[in-house]
Amino acid sequence: MGKQINVALIGNPNTGKTSVFNALTGLNQKVGNYPGITVEKKEGICKLPRGVKAHIIDLPGTYSLNASSLDENVVIELLLNKNDKDFPDVAVVVSDVEHLKRNLLLFTQIKDLEIPCILVINMSDRMAYKGITLDIPYLEKQLNTKIALVSTRKNNGISELKELITNFKELSTEPCMNASSIDETYFNNLRKAFPNQLLYKLWLVITQDVNFGKTDRKTIEYVTNFKTKTKADLKRLQQKETIKRYQFINDTLKEGQTIDLKSAKDLRIKLDRILTHKVWGYLIFGIILLTIFQAIYDWSSVPMDFIDESFASLSEWTKSILPQGAFTSLLAEGIIPGLGGIVIFIPQIAFLFLFISILEESGYMSRVVFLMDRIMRRFGLSGKSVVPLISGTACAIPAIMATRNIESWKERLITILVTPFTTCSARLPVYLIIIALVIPEGRILGLSYQALTLMLLYLIGFGAAVGSAWVLNKVLKIRSKTFFVVEMPNYKVPLIKNVALTVLEKTKAFVFGAGKIILAISIILWFLASYGPGNDFNNAEEIVTEQYASNNLSDEELQQKIASHKLEHSFIGITGRAIEPAIRPLGYDWKIGIAIVSSFAAREVFVGTLATIYSVGSDEEETIKNRMAGEVNPILGGPLFNFASGISLLLFYAFAMQCMSTLAIVKRETNSWKWPLYQLVVMSSFAYIVALIAFQILK
Amino acid sequence: MTLADLKRGEQGIIKDVSSIHIPLKLLEMGCLPGNTVELVQVAPFADPMYLNINGTHLALRKETAIHITIEIVNG
Repeated sequence: MGKQINVALIGNPNTGKTSVFNALTGLNQKVGNYPGITVEKKEGICKLPRGVKAHIIDLPGTYSLNASSLDENVVIELLLNKNDKDFPDVAVVVSDVEHLKRNLLLFTQIKDLEIPCILVINMSDRMAYKGITLDIPYLEKQLNTKIALVSTRKNNGISELKELITNFKELSTEPCMNASSIDETYFNNLRKAFPNQLLYKLWLVITQDVNFGKTDRKTIEYVTNFKTKTKADLKRLQQKETIKRYQFINDTLKEGQTIDLKSAKDLRIKLDRILTHKVWGYLIFGIILLTIFQAIYDWSSVPMDFIDESFASLSEWTKSILPQGAFTSLLAEGIIPGLGGIVIFIPQIAFLFLFISILEESGYMSRVVFLMDRIMRRFGLSGKSVVPLISGTACAIPAIMATRNIESWKERLITILVTPFTTCSARLPVYLIIIALVIPEGRILGLSYQALTLMLLYLIGFGAAVGSAWVLNKVLKIRSKTFFVVEMPNYKVPLIKNVALTVLEKTKAFVFGAGKIILAISIILWFLASYGPGNDFNNAEEIVTEQYASNNLSDEELQQKIASHKLEHSFIGITGRAIEPAIRPLGYDWKIGIAIVSSFAAREVFVGTLATIYSVGSDEEETIKNRMAGEVNPILGGPLFNFASGISLLLFYAFAMQCMSTLAIVKRETNSWKWPLYQLVVMSSFAYIVALIAFQILK
Repeated sequence: MTLADLKRGEQGIIKDVSSIHIPLKLLEMGCLPGNTVELVQVAPFADPMYLNINGTHLALRKETAIHITIEIVNG
């Protein structure tokens, strides 16, 4: 068995590159980040024939090696750095049979880097449908490569591709064309100045400065001093290069590809006539959104109730089976309810990612970008802001990362700043439990009041995002060139495998990422709630017994009183009481206060915190929801979670900036602490004021 | 005339692309002199424009389209 082969998957967006990656690696993949930046790094292991193994890296989609974004830059950084541990032994360029011409541009560039190259022509199952025939031997000869015709949908050609990867040493590293003829003198001088370097590599480093303004390649750093051309000249030369490459590609395809337009069918045009229509387009988009929310609410309620009850009985069972003591108490009252608070979100998060990935995979998301651009522009946003705003309903972190393809810095900054207003999945558990407590059951026109409330909260989130974008657009004085181009890919039936893998991976990321924080906070809270300073806490039993000596309480009632006295005088109780004056006008008691404070780390901690606090306070097996419903407002009487305080809490959570991870991402994406701090202060004070007004009006 | 003047269903041929105003990315997507362009659909207020440039379907804003000179081939 030889060493592992390093394989890099490279290709234009929408060529099904990720499908090829999934077909090669299956479940043997992991998602991480490139060091120092937030670009997602997907890698996996693939078993090849004859016991060979390949390490496969799925590089971000790019149209060319002339990067204009962080994601695209990752591709070039890797291909230019021979010392990188991921530097590919073989590059697999994925193209789509319908857009071969455009896809080949990137291919000719990679060939110029003299890296062994395999060309994958994906979606080959559509060739007959589109009336395309290819002369593969001719193309292989012209392009100096081996071609694998693949259909990930029909599962064709993958084993042939594996075979080609295994035999990568037989591949030619000769370029397939000569791009330097666009300016002979310039390139000859360049070659003379740096005889040991690959010409195209030098050219990329030089132009990269023009495109991206960032070069960190020590070995050939001095190349950037080779300034014999102005920026405008270089730009013109790059245009010439692109035209030159297309000439070569056109000539090659003229011979190697025939398209019989008569037998070609185009479903896209027919569908787009409706889906991007001035009226129907918007109506359909609205219906799709409404369906998604109703589905998330209805479908996940059963598994959620089940999880809630299971964890309550698990906690009870642990208590009954283990000997009494601090450890049992930590397990049954700290860790298990804390874990329950994480697991309960899984159904909803999975459903949400399911819908988002279907919208992305099918190609519909680009139509939404097209439909919304004009409207969004009025608020200082771009049509492309719709994707972050919709993904924001899952999580603000990937959403903020998704703003990278917005070309204008001002539009991008505004999108980053307002995205946290959209209702992320972490708000969902808070909303769900409060809605269940304060909004009556019942239906209107087949839609439940509770689902409608949830929908309204999502709309409030979007409203706040768009409204604040409008304000920011007026306030921010940033001049930046706007430029907007979005590809409208063909409609595709989403591949179940791709959708399933996305759902699995995102849910896992949530459970292990957010889960760690929730679990840690649950344990700390348990500790703070189980211990306290001074006489009041340590002698709670005597004090309470004495206090109620004449009341003739049953043993059980007495235990309850002792427990709540203890909680009140524990560390957490003391902290809660200290902040109570600030939150009482909002209709909250000190327990909610603790939950709000601890949820500044992450919103979803709220339910977990209440679960932990109430577990410590009671001995009975009960679900979190029932315990919350039983809480009494100590000042006003009546249930603590009533309509007024419930609405106030919902609104507080709708607007407050309570997520440290989001703040960290915003810092990274804007490269300054100014913007995240600004978000924290403005959003949270706004939330406080709105919640205050709501409670005072409704109470 | 420029690409911004193209009507729905009309086809044109790209004559010139203003190199200062048009980013390289658009050229790489196939927006090059000599290629045909067709207007597929327009959003409300005719902006952005949904185009088919040489087989690539993409959406552009009018403000970008005015920097691309075209010639109508069939109306």
